Amino acid sequence: MQVIAKRPDSLTDLNFTYCPGCTHGISHRLIAEAIDELDLRNKMMGVAPVGCSVFAYKFFNFDMAEAAHGRAPAVATGMKRARPDMHVFTYQGDGDLAAIGTAEIVHAANRGENISIFFVNNAIYGMTGGQMAPTTLPGMKTSTSPYGRDEQDIGYPIAACELLDSLRAPYYIERVSLLSPQDIIKAKRAVLKALKYNKENRGFTFVEFVSTCPTNWGMTPLDAMKWAKENMYPFFPVKLFRDKGEEGGK
Amino acid sequence: MGEKVLMKGNEAVAEAAIRAGCRHYFAYPITPQSELIEYMSRMMPKAGGTFVQAESEIAAVNMVYGAAGCGKRVMTSSSSPGISLKMEGISYLAGAELPAVIVNVQRGGPGLGDIQPAQGDYFQATKGGGHGDYRMPVLAPSTVQEFADMADLAFELGDKYRTPVMILSDGLLGQMMEPVDFKPRKTEAEMEELDKQHFDWCIHPNQDEPNRHHHEINSLEIDPLILEKHVIHLGEKFDKIEANEVRYEEYKLTDDCEYLIVAFGTAARIAKSAIDELNVEGVKIGMIRPITVWPYPYEAIRNALTPKIKKILVTELNLGQMIEDVKLAVEGKVPVEFLGKVGGILFTPQEVKDKIKGM
Ligand SMILES: Cc1ncc(C[n+]2csc(CCOP(=O)(O)OP(=O)(O)O)c2C)c(N)n1
Ligand code: SF4
Repeated sequence: MQVIAKRPDSLTDLNFTYCPGCTHGISHRLIAEAIDELDLRNKMMGVAPVGCSVFAYKFFNFDMAEAAHGRAPAVATGMKRARPDMHVFTYQGDGDLAAIGTAEIVHAANRGENISIFFVNNAIYGMTGGQMAPTTLPGMKTSTSPYGRDEQDIGYPIAACELLDSLRAPYYIERVSLLSPQDIIKAKRAVLKALKYNKENRGFTFVEFVSTCPTNWGMTPLDAMKWAKENMYPFFPVKLFRDKGEEGGK
Repeated sequence: MGEKVLMKGNEAVAEAAIRAGCRHYFAYPITPQSELIEYMSRMMPKAGGTFVQAESEIAAVNMVYGAAGCGKRVMTSSSSPGISLKMEGISYLAGAELPAVIVNVQRGGPGLGDIQPAQGDYFQATKGGGHGDYRMPVLAPSTVQEFADMADLAFELGDKYRTPVMILSDGLLGQMMEPVDFKPRKTEAEMEELDKQHFDWCIHPNQDEPNRHHHEINSLEIDPLILEKHVIHLGEKFDKIEANEVRYEEYKLTDDCEYLIVAFGTAARIAKSAIDELNVEGVKIGMIRPITVWPYPYEAIRNALTPKIKKILVTELNLGQMIEDVKLAVEGKVPVEFLGKVGGILFTPQEVKDKIKGM
C-alpha cells in the first residue's frame, strides 16, 4: 500500500479546535509539513500565542511553550539563546503581534534573532469574539468598531511586513496568502524557505499569512476568501519583501 | 574560598549568580540596579553565557520564561518600577512552574518615585503582585555577603520547587561596597548535571527518545476541573515551602529581653547598631530578622514572645507593610509599634533608640 497523504509527524493526532473553514488549520499544516520535509522535528521547538491558536502547543508534536499575549518573540529569544542547537518559531495572530506585542516583534527582528515568525493576519480578534484588530480595515465593522473602523479616529491598519522591512537585520520577510489552492502552494514555499534558513541559523525570518475569520466576519468560508481578496490585498499585498539568501547571503 | 573581594552588592550578586551556574541573563537598565546589568554585560560573554539587554522589563522576563522553559538557570534584575512590569511574567513563571531568579534592587515609590533605597515593594513581593493564586519565595539580604550568597540559594530553591524566586534588596545594598567571600564556580561536570536535572519536563533536543510525549511549557488550563487540580497542586507546593524553607536570624535575643525589634534588609542593619548601643546602656532588647519574607517566620516571632516582652517595634523603609505580618504572628498579645521612613530616606540608629526609649 502506498501512502499518498498522511498527517505530518510534526502534528499530534489531536483534532484542531478551529471553526470550520478557518485558515489556522491550513497554516498549522504547512508549518508541520515543512518541518517534516526539512527533517527538523527532533530539534524543533515552538511558541504558541494568545489568540484562537493558543492551543498550538498541543497540536505541534515537539516541545512547545505557551507565551503571554504578545510576548512570543521574547520567549522565543530566551529559548533560542538557551538551546542554540535547536530551532524555534512563533505562531502569532494580529492582535498578539501587531498590538500588544509590537515592541517584542520589532526588537526581536531588529536584533536579527535566529527565529522564525509565522504571522496570521485575519484583520480581527478571533478568540475574544470579533473585536477590532490593529489590522482591521477602514470601514470594517467589528464588535468594538460597530460603525466601521474610522481611520481618522483610530488610524489605518498596521502592515507588519512593511514595518519590519524598515529594519536592517531581518533575513527574510514575505507576505503570502491562504485564499486559494495556488496561494497555499506559494505559502508552503515561503514556510519552507523560512524554516530552511532557520535550520541554517541565518537569522530572523518572517512569513505573514493573509487569512480569514469566517466566524467573526459573519461569512461563509468561501465568501470570506472572496471578501479577503477584494478588501485585504489593497492593504496587505502579497509580496516578497526581502530575501538575503537570494541576494547571496549576509 | 578565601578570596575576599571588596564589591558592590549589585556586582556581588551578579558574580555569585554566574558561579552558581547562571549562564542566561536578560534585563533592562534602571537605577539603582544598573551595576548589575553592566557587570553581566561584561562577564557573561567571558563565562560563555548569554547577555541580552531587552527592549523592556516585560520582554526581559519573557526571555527568562523561554530560557527557564529550556531548563536553564536564568536571572533577571530590575528596580521597583521595572519589577512592576515583570509582574505579568512572574505570574506566568509561577503558573508554568518555572525556576528563575528575579532581583529587585528597591527604590522609592510609588510611581517613578526616586532612586534612593526603600522597602515599599514588600507587599508586591510577598502578597502577589502578579495576578492569580501564587506564592513565590522572597529572600531579603541585609549585607553584601548575604546578597551574594542568596544567588546560590535562590537558584537551589527555584530548582527544588520549580518556582520563581525573588531576591528583595534595595538601593543601599546594591550600591554599597563590602568584602565578599565567593563560593567556587560550578565545574563543567556540575553544569552538565544542572542542564539535565529538568529533562523530564523542560524543552530539550532529545525528542526522539522512545515514549517521550512532547513537553509543554504552559500555564493555561481551559477546563476548570483541570485548573482546579493544578492550583491545588501549587497550593500543596507552597505549603511545603512554608514548612521547610523559613529562614531568619535572631540577634541579641535572650530570655530576659523586654523589647523585640522585627526588621528586614537594610532596616535591620540600622536596627542592629541601635540594639548594640541600647544593650550597652542596659536596655534588654533583641531582634528577629526575617531572611525569607515569604515564607514568613511567624512561628519564630511567636516563640520569642516570653512573658517579659513588653513591646515590639517594627522598623521599615515604608509606611508600614511587614508590620501586618508581625501583627498576624503576635495575635494582639503584645503592643506592636512602628518606625518608618519613606521617600528613600534612612533612619539613624539614634532614631531607633529614641523610639524605643519613648515606648
Ligand atoms: C494581557 C492580555 N490581554 C488581553 C487578553 C485577551 N485576549 C485573548 S486573545 C485576544 C486577541 C487575539 O487576537 P489575534 O491575535 O488577532 O488572534 P486570533 O484570535 O484572531 O487568531 C485577546 C485580546 C489576554 N489573554 N491577555
Ligand atoms: S474565531 Fe475565526 S480565527 Fe478563530 S477559529 Fe474561528 S474562524 Fe478561526
